[in-house]
Amino acid sequence: MRELPPRARLYVLVVVLLAFGSAGVASMGFRGSWVELGALALLYGLATHFATPMGKNMGVSVGFIVALAAAAVIGPHGVGLIGLAGALHPVSGSGRTVKRFFNAAQFSLAALTAGLVFDALLGGDGTRNIAESSVPMVLLAAIAASLVYYVINISLIAGILSLTSELSLARVWAGNVSPVIVAYVGYGLLGLLMAQLYQEVGFLAAVLFLAPMLVARAAFANYAQLRETYDSTVRALVQAVETKDYYTRGHSERVSRVTEMIAREWGMREDRVQVIRIAGMLHDVGKLGVPTKVLQKQGKLNQLEFEAIKLHPLRGYEMLCEIDFLTEALSGVYHHHERLDGRGYPMGLQDEEIPEFARIIMVADAFDSMTSTRSYRLAKTVEEAVAELRRCEQVQFDPKVVDCLVAAVEKHGWEPHAEPFHGEKVTKEGRRIDSPVPVISTKQGLVAVTPPEPEEGERSARG
Amino acid sequence: MPGGNGAFARRAVLTAGLGIGVAGFAMTAAKGVPQLHVAVSFAVLVLVGELLRVNLPGDRDSSPIGGAAALAYSLLVALDNGTDAEHGVSTVIAVVFVAGVASALIHEALQRDARTTDLARRILATAAAAAAFRLVLVGSPLEDVAVGRRADQPLLAMAIAALVGIAVDLGLSAAVDSARKRAPFAPILRNEVTAQAPLSIATAATGILMALSVPVMGLWALLVFCVPLLVTQFSFRRFASISTTYRQTIRALSRVTEVGGYVEPGHARRVMTLSVAVGREFGLTDADLLDLEYAALMHDIGQLSLADPIPRGSTLTVAPSERRRIAQLGAEVIRTTGTLDRVAHIVESQASPYRKMRENADVDVPLAARIVKACSAYDDLVSTSREARGTRASWDALERLRMGMAFEYDPRVVEALTQVLQKAGDL
Repeated sequence: MRELPPRARLYVLVVVLLAFGSAGVASMGFRGSWVELGALALLYGLATHFATPMGKNMGVSVGFIVALAAAAVIGPHGVGLIGLAGALHPVSGSGRTVKRFFNAAQFSLAALTAGLVFDALLGGDGTRNIAESSVPMVLLAAIAASLVYYVINISLIAGILSLTSELSLARVWAGNVSPVIVAYVGYGLLGLLMAQLYQEVGFLAAVLFLAPMLVARAAFANYAQLRETYDSTVRALVQAVETKDYYTRGHSERVSRVTEMIAREWGMREDRVQVIRIAGMLHDVGKLGVPTKVLQKQGKLNQLEFEAIKLHPLRGYEMLCEIDFLTEALSGVYHHHERLDGRGYPMGLQDEEIPEFARIIMVADAFDSMTSTRSYRLAKTVEEAVAELRRCEQVQFDPKVVDCLVAAVEKHGWEPHAEPFHGEKVTKEGRRIDSPVPVISTKQGLVAVTPPEPEEGERSARG
Repeated sequence: MPGGNGAFARRAVLTAGLGIGVAGFAMTAAKGVPQLHVAVSFAVLVLVGELLRVNLPGDRDSSPIGGAAALAYSLLVALDNGTDAEHGVSTVIAVVFVAGVASALIHEALQRDARTTDLARRILATAAAAAAFRLVLVGSPLEDVAVGRRADQPLLAMAIAALVGIAVDLGLSAAVDSARKRAPFAPILRNEVTAQAPLSIATAATGILMALSVPVMGLWALLVFCVPLLVTQFSFRRFASISTTYRQTIRALSRVTEVGGYVEPGHARRVMTLSVAVGREFGLTDADLLDLEYAALMHDIGQLSLADPIPRGSTLTVAPSERRRIAQLGAEVIRTTGTLDRVAHIVESQASPYRKMRENADVDVPLAARIVKACSAYDDLVSTSREARGTRASWDALERLRMGMAFEYDPRVVEALTQVLQKAGDL
């Protein structure tokens, strides 16, 4: 409790006293079996404990199903006590005891209020009133109780978050209201079903009913964790590949970010955004097959060296083709050096022939290359890079993709990645103070590697 | 059933399962089906469940809804109109058999794997559960009618029957798997239990719940309780798909060392295959095998930090200190993932000898690291001499490893490697 600011400490104290007080007062009206109440409390605690909530979905818990079922079966008066078993909710970090007390209190308040609302809408005579009420009324009461539970739950948590983080209450609250609310309504209906089972089949049936849902939550938690692991693993391996070339360090990750920004602006479906984001990260992985001295060569490349460079999309494709998840993105990796006018490589595709993923990665790649320092030139500013992209659209880039990039950068901003350039002075904005190497003409392409005279490259690329 | 012939174990399960299925079907056909609408409802649910099956990591196929429906039918004692359920074990078998064959035909028509062994397993497990239920409840495993009349609280019998069903299912699955992978039975069974237990529990709970609820709610209970199980299945499918992607990605990216010309083409993949086979010989768990797999795939990743590739990529020819430095660099790369610390530790330790002069085996060098070390050395030795020596190359390579057994290579690992190579017919 020592790290909490005084106001937060007071808040926790008030919430805890309020919860314990109201649970106690309410329980005086409880007329049912205390064994039953204890069993339900245990079930509530276990459900809360095992249904690990994650990230933004904080507070979502299978426990609510039990709370609503309890309100329906034993009446609202004991529900406050059952909610106190929310102390079994997993907590981490420092001050665990305080967190447990706070959880018990907030779950108890939410459950008790939801139970009272449910009961009031069904006539308020205390208990066993589902059977006598009409079906629409029962459904309505369950939905109302779900919403009440949800709102109290996140409001109390938003309160403590805002007091400890100095964000405004409204902002924390808004940041935590999520589509999960729909899941809560679903949980409310499941709670009704569980109440029915409890009354007609028995307590053990209610326990069995929860089992698949707890297993599902555990599997989902594993899924969410592995998904995060996946991202960090790909990032780490790509960084290892980039150690070969000082000037492209971080390039892949930034391209991935720009790609994602463009894709969202493009209106891509969420699952495809995830695919293209990873593809952006891996688009240059085939560069590893290109000798380092060719990659880092300053000035023009000869025909042989350019041929070596041109192989990198194919190498990348070969390496990634067995990852099923990336199937659609493989074309993006393979064709990210094509140009709309057909003078790109490896296939010399034109306009619409170039796959959507490739057209997006292409622009992201060029944009990041231009806004970061390379062995042969300094970083451009965002404005310069955008102007350059605009100049080359129709010829090299898809104007619609460039539009999306511009819109996305306006919305989210972009920090150019300007590293010191051979020890020369660079201003904060990445603008060069004096340039030892002339910036290579952009007519031949803006991407990291500058091809030789287009005619030669073009012929061999198509042949 | 350690070792043995993979095809034999599979055929045995298939024959037993389908044999019992046909027998149950014939008996039911002769006697007629009591309460046909109930049997048909359960058969349809089993069929739908089999069509919606989910593939779990490790090529384990599971059909929670089919399993729950089959279990529920074997445990059903009464219907909602107050009558007793009159079906016996043979009807249960017939229902699962018919639904299973229909789903296999549909899978076949859709050009998907029909998984007939899984079907045979399901028939055997359901038959076992149904028989166990009747045995506990009324003392006779093949009791046919009116089970409910003699039991007020069948819950204990239901739980025992469900456990018997799960045990038969996982046991057979492990037996077939152990024969196919030519690996010891016990650790494979343990892996099977770890991987399947959560879904099996959810399935059994739903099956019992359906059997308990049909007398109260009628056959609608079947549909209602499928919903939570469908959600469960959906979560598992998502987890399975991200696991597959993760594995495929590490496999693909482990080829960076080949593409960069640091190691011989296919080296990482071959070392992985060998290491995992050796790890199975030691009876490692699935989790340990996965770490071993990743470590074997990425064991050379430290070479990426070298300015120039080592000739032919074999770290056998470089000084021990350099070897350790490369292993260290590789471990650093892997550690930056933030989650593969155990893999990093394996990669780090692969350069260390398994024991030092005048000391016992070094406990800091994990078994997985010793395995990767020996398998990588073996692959290097074999590929450098294969063209010149032909099949003798494997013997020569093993001979070289044996000469290093005093300190470099753990004799138990070399022994297991020899066995793996013998089973695979490389020696």
